[in-house]
Amino acid sequence: MPLLSVKGLTTTFRTDRGVLTAVDDVSFDLEAGETLAIVGESGSGKSVTALSLMRLIAQPAGRIAQGEVIFEGQDLLKLSEPEMQSVRGDRIAMIFQEPMTSLNPALTLGVQVGEPMVLHRGSTWSNAIARAGDLLDRVRLPDARARVNAYPHQFSGGQRQRAMIAMALACQPQLIIADEPTTALDVTVQAQILALLKELAREQGTALILITHDLGIVARYADRVAVMYGGRIVETASARNLYRTPRHPYTSGLLASIPRLDQVTGRRLIPIDGQPPDLARMPPGCAFRPRCPRATPECDTTRPALTEAAPGHWKACLNDV
Amino acid sequence: MSETPLLEVDNIKVHFPIYKGVIARQVGAVKAVDGVSFSVNRGETLGLVGESGCGKSTTGLAVLRMLSTTAGTIRFDGTDITHLSRAALRPFRRRIQMIYQDPFGALDPRMTVGQLIAEPMIVHNIEPNRAARDTRARDLLSMVGLRQDMAERYIHEFSGGQRQRIGIARALAMQPDLLICDEPVSALDVSIQAQIVNLFQDLQARFGLTYLFIAHDLAVIRHISDRIAVMYLGRIVEIAGREALYDHPKHPYTQALLAAVAIPDPDIEATRPHITVTGEVPSALNPPPGCRFHPRCPLAIDRCRTEEPQLRDMSNGQSVACHLA
Repeated sequence: MPLLSVKGLTTTFRTDRGVLTAVDDVSFDLEAGETLAIVGESGSGKSVTALSLMRLIAQPAGRIAQGEVIFEGQDLLKLSEPEMQSVRGDRIAMIFQEPMTSLNPALTLGVQVGEPMVLHRGSTWSNAIARAGDLLDRVRLPDARARVNAYPHQFSGGQRQRAMIAMALACQPQLIIADEPTTALDVTVQAQILALLKELAREQGTALILITHDLGIVARYADRVAVMYGGRIVETASARNLYRTPRHPYTSGLLASIPRLDQVTGRRLIPIDGQPPDLARMPPGCAFRPRCPRATPECDTTRPALTEAAPGHWKACLNDV
Repeated sequence: MSETPLLEVDNIKVHFPIYKGVIARQVGAVKAVDGVSFSVNRGETLGLVGESGCGKSTTGLAVLRMLSTTAGTIRFDGTDITHLSRAALRPFRRRIQMIYQDPFGALDPRMTVGQLIAEPMIVHNIEPNRAARDTRARDLLSMVGLRQDMAERYIHEFSGGQRQRIGIARALAMQPDLLICDEPVSALDVSIQAQIVNLFQDLQARFGLTYLFIAHDLAVIRHISDRIAVMYLGRIVEIAGREALYDHPKHPYTQALLAAVAIPDPDIEATRPHITVTGEVPSALNPPPGCRFHPRCPLAIDRCRTEEPQLRDMSNGQSVACHLA
C-alpha cells in the first residue's frame, strides 16, 4: 500500500469570473521514502494540489469538491478539523516558499521549531526548546544552540528556510510537502537547502513532495515526476523516463524551450507558442490543444484521460508522441 | 563598425551613504558597486550575472544615469556621460533604453497600449506627427510579435509575456543603440521565457542592438550573451567570453555558481558532482577584508584574507580577480 494515494482530487474556487477548477481530477500515489516532484507553471494547480492535501484551502471561496486523499490508510478529507490538525506538523509537514511569512516574527526560533513537539508529542517546553537547538544544528544553522532564543528577523533568508526545515523535521513526519522551497533564494543557497532537505529526508525515510517550476531541480532531486497543466496531471513517470522519452507534447515542449548549461551554444530555443490557459475559459477538449503542434480535430472535443503508455509512464494525450 | 566600444565603464563606484542621529552624521556606506569596469562592443551582448545584492542592477541603473556614481567614468559612444547635465544627457537618454522585469508597475493603466508606445516619441520629439506616431506604434507592435489592433487595448488585458513585448516595443520606439535589460524574463513562465529570449535575439540581428543583459539565471545568460561578467558583492570577479567562462571558469565563485545550477537531465545530474559553497552572501555594508569571497571560498589562503585581488587578464580576454587563478 502506498504511503499516500490521491484519487480524483478536485478543488474549485468561486470568483467573480465564475467557478474555477484549479485542481481537476488529480490522482497519484506516493511510496514511503519516495521523492515526487510536481512541476508546472503558474496556474497549473501544483500549489493548490499541495494545499488541498493539507486541507489548507481558504474557505468559503475555495472548496475541495471531490476526491480522496488516503494517507496511511486513512482518508484525510473525511477527518474532522481537530483530527486534521493532529496530522499537520506531525505526520505531514509543509515547507513554504517564503519562510518570513510562515514564521511568527514575535516568537523565537526555538519556540517555533519546538512547538510541534509540545503540540503533538506532549513534550515539555524546556525539552522542546533544547531539542529545537539540536534540530537547528542538524540543519547546519551556524551557532544553532546559542541562537534558539533569537527571532526570525535576525536570520538571513537561507537561514530561515533552514529553520523551516528543522520545524518540518521536528516530529519525524512520514511526508514533507515543500512548495517552491528555494525559489526566493540565491542559486548557491538553493543548492545548499535542497541538498540538505534531500539528505535529511533520506536519513529519516521521509517521503517528499517537491513542488517546483524548475526542471533542473526536478532532474537533480526527484525519483518521480508529475507534470501539471491547466489543473490536471498531463504526464507522470520516473524522472529518468520522463526526461528521456517525454510522451506529452507539453512536456517535450518545455524541455525543448529551456536553455541549458550544457547545450550547444548558438542553438535557437524552441518556444511553446501561445500562453498558459485561463482557468475561467478552459477549452472543452484538451487544455493544451491551442498550443499543441500535434493537435488533431479530436483534441478539440475529447478531454484525454491519463492512460498508461508504458509501464509506470502515464500521459493524458490522444496522440502518440 | 567603429573600433571604440559603445559603452565603456571604468572603475565606477556607487555608494549609498548611511546616516544616523539628529544631525544626520554619515556613519557608513553600502558599497553596492565598488570599482566595476567593463566595456560593451556594438552589436554585442554582455551578460551581467550574480546573486541578489551583488550590484548588477545598480550597475545598470548607474549606466542609465538613474543613480549617480560616487566615482569612475561612464563613456557612451566615446562621450563621457558621467557628469553631463540633464539637458546634455537628453540625446543619450534616448539612445540607452531600459527593459525591466515588470515594466508596468509605474505606467498609467488608463492609457491604451498605442498611447503608451507613442508617449516617449512625443517626449523625445521623435515623431511630431500624430498619425505617423500611431502608425509607428502599430508597426512596433508587429515587430515584437503582437497584433496591430492590440494598440487599442489596455495593459491589464495582457499576459506577462505580452506585457514584456509591449515594454520592448516602447523601448524600440526610441530607436536606441543600447538596451539595458534587467531580469527581463525572470518573472515569466518557463514556456514563455523562450519566446521573449528569441525575440531579443531577432531584434538584435535586425537592428544591430547592443545589450547589457542582467540576470541571475546562468542558463539564460549563457544562451544570450557573447561575453559574461560575474559579480560578487559589488565587484566583477570574472569576465570572459561565453565558452571560456562556462567551459573553463577560473574564479572559485564562478565555479560554485555553475555547480549549483541543476541541468534538466537526471542522467547527467546523477554523475555530476554537486559541490556547494557554504554560507551566504555577506552584507555590502561591511564586506569582508581582502577577497570578498574568501569566507565562503574552499581554496582561501592567508593572502586572500588581507589583500584584495584585482582583475588580471589571463588569456583570450578572460580576466579573473583571484590570487590563485
